[in-house]
Amino acid sequence: MTNVVFYIAAAVAVLSTLMVITRMNAVHALLYLIVSLQAVALIFFLLGAPFAAALEIIIYAGAIMILFVFVIMMLNLGPPAIAKERLLLKPRMWVGPAVLAAVLLSELFYILANKGGIAGIVEVTPKAVGLVLFGPYVLGVELSSFLLLAGLVGAFHLARQE
Amino acid sequence: MLTIPTSHGLILAGIIFVLGLVCVLVRRNIIFILLGLEIMFNAVGLAFVVAGAKWGQADGQIMFLFILTTTAAEVSIGLALVFKMVHHFHTLDIDQADRMKG
Repeated sequence: MTNVVFYIAAAVAVLSTLMVITRMNAVHALLYLIVSLQAVALIFFLLGAPFAAALEIIIYAGAIMILFVFVIMMLNLGPPAIAKERLLLKPRMWVGPAVLAAVLLSELFYILANKGGIAGIVEVTPKAVGLVLFGPYVLGVELSSFLLLAGLVGAFHLARQE
Repeated sequence: MLTIPTSHGLILAGIIFVLGLVCVLVRRNIIFILLGLEIMFNAVGLAFVVAGAKWGQADGQIMFLFILTTTAAEVSIGLALVFKMVHHFHTLDIDQADRMKG
């Protein structure tokens, strides 16, 4: 039965990604991309990677997509943006992502109700991930911090008004 | 042993990656190009987690964490460049920025 859940989630991921690349409006594309990321998070959960699933939701669908929303909002200033906002509130704009997200939600309920359904998959707990991350991969963690610092300095430099 | 074949997970990752690549190649709006990059990063992360699940090891999830970090840095720089581009060219069309200065 887990197989069916996996294939439905995979179909939702592919469908919503397809909708991302065919939308004309960036905000609609973002809505579909968030659904796609949620579908991938559900697949991570099915594959026994709950930590990766949580990070996918928190960092990808949360933080990184919010960055995109900030930029789109800052680029759309003035009265045309208000008219566009009114257009966004029409049901046909959000009904597609809402239906796909509802499919994922019902799948999540199904998995949580039948915990035995995912037997056969070795679950890698967050504890195991943390032990390996700060064990053999500690150099990679340091390099990631360098990369994030470089990103911070670079973004600050680029966004500065001269 | 996985109940989901590893090859199916990798095929899904491949499909999503190709969709992201198509987005980068076809769209000329710089925001959509960045979204295509996001889709591709996400597909690569999915491939790593699928491979990690096959062996029951944490390494796949750790590579996903590193990809997440790279994506965060890439997006912050990319969106700063979008601001610069709108400031200079007053458009999001990437083809307007096809000339080098030097």
